[in-house]
Amino acid sequence: MKSGSTFTPSTLRRRTSFTSSPYFVYVLVSPLFLVLLAYVIYPLFQTFIESAQIDGSFSLQNYKDFFSLGNSANLEALWTSIYISVFSVITCGIVGVGMAFLLERYEFPGRKILSVLVMVPMALPPLIGVLSFDFLYGKSGIIPRALQALLGLDQVPFSLSGIGGVLVVHTFTMYTYFYMTASTAIRGLDPSLEEAAASLGANRFYIWRRIILPMLTPAMVASALLVFMIAMASYTAPLVFGVERTMTMQIYLSRTNGDLDMAATQSTILSVVSILFLIIMRWYQNARNYQNMSKGVSVHRTEVKSKVGKYISMALSILGVVILLLPILVLIILSFSEDGSWTVEILPTKYTFAHYIELFTDSETWKPIANSLEMSSLATIGNIIFGVAAAYAAVRLKFKGKTLLDILIMVPWALPGTVVGINLIAAFSQPNVFSFNQVLVGSFWIIPLAYFVRHLPLVFRSTSATFMQMDVSTEEAARSLGATWWYSFRRVVFPMAFSGILVGALLAFVQGIGEFVASILIYSADTTPMSVAIFQRMYAFEFGTACAYGSLQMLLILIVLFISQKIQGNSNITI
Amino acid sequence: MISVKLDHVSKMFGTVKGVEDIDIHIRSGEFFTFLGPSGCGKTTTLRMIAGFYYPTEGRIMFGEQDVTYLPPNKRNIGMVFQNYALFPHLTVFENVAFGLQVRKQSKQEIKEKVDRALKLVHLDGYGNRRIDQLSGGQQQRVALARALVIEPQILLLDEPLSNLDAKLREETRVEIKRLQLELGVTTIYVTHDQAEAMAMSDRIMVMKNGVIQQVGTPQEIYNRPNNEFVASFIGESNLLEGIVEEIHDQQIRVRFSSDWVLTGLQENVAPKTTLTKGEKVKISIRPESIREAKTEENGENIVRGKVALSEFTGVSVNYITQIGELQLKSMFINLGNRVYQRGEELALSIPKESVYFLG
Repeated sequence: MKSGSTFTPSTLRRRTSFTSSPYFVYVLVSPLFLVLLAYVIYPLFQTFIESAQIDGSFSLQNYKDFFSLGNSANLEALWTSIYISVFSVITCGIVGVGMAFLLERYEFPGRKILSVLVMVPMALPPLIGVLSFDFLYGKSGIIPRALQALLGLDQVPFSLSGIGGVLVVHTFTMYTYFYMTASTAIRGLDPSLEEAAASLGANRFYIWRRIILPMLTPAMVASALLVFMIAMASYTAPLVFGVERTMTMQIYLSRTNGDLDMAATQSTILSVVSILFLIIMRWYQNARNYQNMSKGVSVHRTEVKSKVGKYISMALSILGVVILLLPILVLIILSFSEDGSWTVEILPTKYTFAHYIELFTDSETWKPIANSLEMSSLATIGNIIFGVAAAYAAVRLKFKGKTLLDILIMVPWALPGTVVGINLIAAFSQPNVFSFNQVLVGSFWIIPLAYFVRHLPLVFRSTSATFMQMDVSTEEAARSLGATWWYSFRRVVFPMAFSGILVGALLAFVQGIGEFVASILIYSADTTPMSVAIFQRMYAFEFGTACAYGSLQMLLILIVLFISQKIQGNSNITI
Repeated sequence: MISVKLDHVSKMFGTVKGVEDIDIHIRSGEFFTFLGPSGCGKTTTLRMIAGFYYPTEGRIMFGEQDVTYLPPNKRNIGMVFQNYALFPHLTVFENVAFGLQVRKQSKQEIKEKVDRALKLVHLDGYGNRRIDQLSGGQQQRVALARALVIEPQILLLDEPLSNLDAKLREETRVEIKRLQLELGVTTIYVTHDQAEAMAMSDRIMVMKNGVIQQVGTPQEIYNRPNNEFVASFIGESNLLEGIVEEIHDQQIRVRFSSDWVLTGLQENVAPKTTLTKGEKVKISIRPESIREAKTEENGENIVRGKVALSEFTGVSVNYITQIGELQLKSMFINLGNRVYQRGEELALSIPKESVYFLG
């Protein structure tokens, strides 16, 4: 081509840029480490210090107390937490894998609607899910009372309470983790493997035992670890069903009783368990994985053909749909009920639209909504900035300490919300460098900080997944065309990753809106978030207002899920 | 246009050697190809020229300018990537305009240049399309337009044809060569396809395991391979091992394990190789240089054997002939002559000037 290029060799030489220095990487990465150090590691460490100190000197007395057989409350709590978690894994596994096989491998009336609704539990904020189960199946719940009236019994035929209630709620809210991995794994199973086995003379049962189950094992183990962790961290279910002897409840009780040392000790022990599981999970994910990439015929769903089978499957589908939708339905119904009007009746008798009007007009009722929106937005902005930077660094840059960054960023994900709350209290109840010499506990900033820490992994993971899918050469192409690092990040990398970032950010935002577990430990009267307000209204028997808040939360979540689905559906970004 | 000089360039990846001591001078306006099997270091070398890697040792010069450690965005290069690396969130026009926007040219100027570039690659009217609405060949041409529109000093092409189907590959190959000739831009082309390299290049650098095997024009590379690797990687070749029997009067006589003797010329000994009487020697003979001899013909470099495999391809007849323990591949253009069948005796004549001594 003719000359006329704006980049002549002489102008090239003079522009040596800061961004091309080999140490630029560390300039980019060090703020990330600083933030993680300040708001994840330091609080964790402070909690540990608090647990290992009595009156300012080192002592293991707290741990001795914890494990002492004299006062067995703590050991009992640890044991209960573990066995609730184990049973949750088993029940979630059976329901989740069963659903996955049913929906992936069989064709029956009602399959389509069921396969959409199967993810509904994901849309319920933790507190809302538990509350709706209590309304539906609790001691004075709608279903037991309805059955009682219907059958003319003296007492309710059954009701959810205690550990049984916790397990049912866990199964309902956590089976989706098994369902998701199992259905992906089943879809990934190469049908020709089964055909090959059949051609070699294996029968159905043998194929299941030797081919299908072994190939699903990695997915199952991963989900089992995940569900175990989440069940260990579960706080709302034991709270609502009154199971005091679990680790999370014990921490909460110690904190409300002002025994901060014991709360710190319990937190530290729970942290150790959680981080241990995180490490096992990461190790396991890096170990073998049977993903086969072969193309060819896809699985045909076996159609349920017999008449009886059809009726049975249809009935079961309807039952499934009802069970999945009832929690949402009951919440909406109750949100229209007049506060205090529902006592011994099956369903509330008086209805009103007032709660919804109140939400937006009564300044006292509106305040928690405004708080949640504001605090969650702030946290999300922080998450975007640090999540995207960290994801970019982790995927694209080479630097010392990369594995460390990867692990540090996932630690808050493994930590139960209760522990995050206790950690922040331990770290920021005195002024220090990281809090810019402010006492954060009791201030406005502590809750956004908690949301930021808890939801950072969400943005990090969805963004880094997007970066991983993105071809490095697009960025190189931009560079070869003369773009500086910053220019190509702005014009190419960021726009291409935008959908992934947005999905993660929206998710973090709604999680913040629904967050309860950490909030309940650190909120103050001025910063009460929506979930805590729901909880307070519940105990003031203002069910209507509580459910109106809950419906609003659910609406927000549904909007976000809808938008993310749209975004992900539209993004054929990676060629 | 500008020349490119690699001055004893080496690249280590940790302790693993990427490329070793690459020392070449690519002339201004030349079409220069890096050819070799995957993992031979050709892409590594290209990426050092582009600035995505910095050499561990040695220098890279664009003309008089030392660019060894210059970041890629300051080199004024145009690069076409194997997967095109088009920006999926931008339109065709925006993709091509990207480099001009970086250079802060006026809107008017950008529009003119992009339109001209799109016309050049026969994509006028496609400016508003999205990338995923284009076929593979069209994407390829957008990538080419994007690289050329910035009027680069050097055009770098990293296996640009490998994602296209056979027919499109042929077309695009001609297209690229046409553009290169028209614009006269210094071009460096990376490929593992020897036919592509032969057809397009002014000169070829053959690489293996990070080391240069031979640099030369397609004819030099094909006709006078430096070593066994080059001889076998490019085109087909008979590689035989024999013992030097006599060196006399610029002629070399080689005896093979069985009872036949070949004579070749001293000028066909690979550079940096000396032959000694009584030592082993590797020779290379191209199948198409072998001629069919008359049955009764006798004399120097005529051998007889039994046809082990006879293959009629239409264009040619290919034979594998068993001569004692050795097999000789030969290829005759199909002129309608008789095709020998397996088991028949075939007499072959090997011209002296077609015997290459690889050392």
